[in-house]
Amino acid sequence: MKALRRTLTTCATALLLGPLSLSAHAGEATPMADNPVVEARLIAISEELRCLVCQNESLAGSRAELAEDLRREVRKLIQDGKSDTEIKDYLVARYGDFVLYRPPVKPTTWLLWFGPFALLAGAVAGLVAYLRRRASRVQPAHLSAADKASAEALLADTPPRPKDPA
Amino acid sequence: MKRFLIPLGLFLVLVVFLAIGLNRDPHEVPSPLVGKPAPAFTLEKLAEPGKTFSPADMQGQVWLLNVWASWCVSCRAEHPLLVAFSRQGGLPIVGLNYKEVRGDGGIDAKKLSPADEASLTRQRAGAWLSQHGDPYTLSVLDMDGRVGIDYGVYGVPETYLIDKKGVIRFKQIGPITPDALEKKILPLARQLAAES
Repeated sequence: MKALRRTLTTCATALLLGPLSLSAHAGEATPMADNPVVEARLIAISEELRCLVCQNESLAGSRAELAEDLRREVRKLIQDGKSDTEIKDYLVARYGDFVLYRPPVKPTTWLLWFGPFALLAGAVAGLVAYLRRRASRVQPAHLSAADKASAEALLADTPPRPKDPA
Repeated sequence: MKRFLIPLGLFLVLVVFLAIGLNRDPHEVPSPLVGKPAPAFTLEKLAEPGKTFSPADMQGQVWLLNVWASWCVSCRAEHPLLVAFSRQGGLPIVGLNYKEVRGDGGIDAKKLSPADEASLTRQRAGAWLSQHGDPYTLSVLDMDGRVGIDYGVYGVPETYLIDKKGVIRFKQIGPITPDALEKKILPLARQLAAES
């Protein structure tokens, strides 16, 4: 419970301080920050990764301790010359697809990726079917000669409407 | 009447989805390590400085790897269960003491030398075990949390059930509850013990 509260406090602080804390933190936690190229890649990669403690924060923005450890790992992998894909695979192998903010397209995520489109297609098909059925239900009105004559008489009796002032 | 059945049906589907969503703990992220060989490591033992332990040492046994730390409050909640379980001689439990010093927000570990950190780790972990009981066959020290990362640890306590061939077969995230022990871990362990 204490750990959870601490986590929540860190998350809240990070949110409140926003970019300020992020930049301050990046300065504090990077003893190996001599290489700006490495740091730029670290930020680019960790923006795409989820911090597992503060689940709605990226690895780049989180002040959680695990995030700090993981940034250290990512930095080391960058320095070892690993590609972005290799680094992401490294984290996915340990923490699962959940660390990726962009889930991969594979059979288990088909529902996630294509579900909304399937739902939309289903709704459109339902709407079309409904409209067709309704159109076939509406009977065209048949006017007998007598009805037509009386309607015309009524129209002739009605004084023309005054035109709109506009 | 039929007019109302379709929206009602859709509503019920929605309710079912929401109910499933509400009853899942978003902090329980399924581990990709289940079904994979337990990552290898070599770490110093808590009780015997200088001597190391590797998961390969447990080859041929079904065992639990329990991640713990003295600063971890949920570990304290889980601990009596582990102590009772070890008294019954259930399964060998190896403790992975995770970031004993660095994980404690109250200590600035960056100011400690590696030797000081190691001795402080031993002192704190040992004191905690003598106070609350030691259910572990042995404990190893993961001071910087590197092994924890290899095991995908993101919230202590976590427990891994490892089979005779060294494959992780189950992961408990958070404290082991009596329910999880009785209904998941023990039946699976029995089944794994029967495997050759």
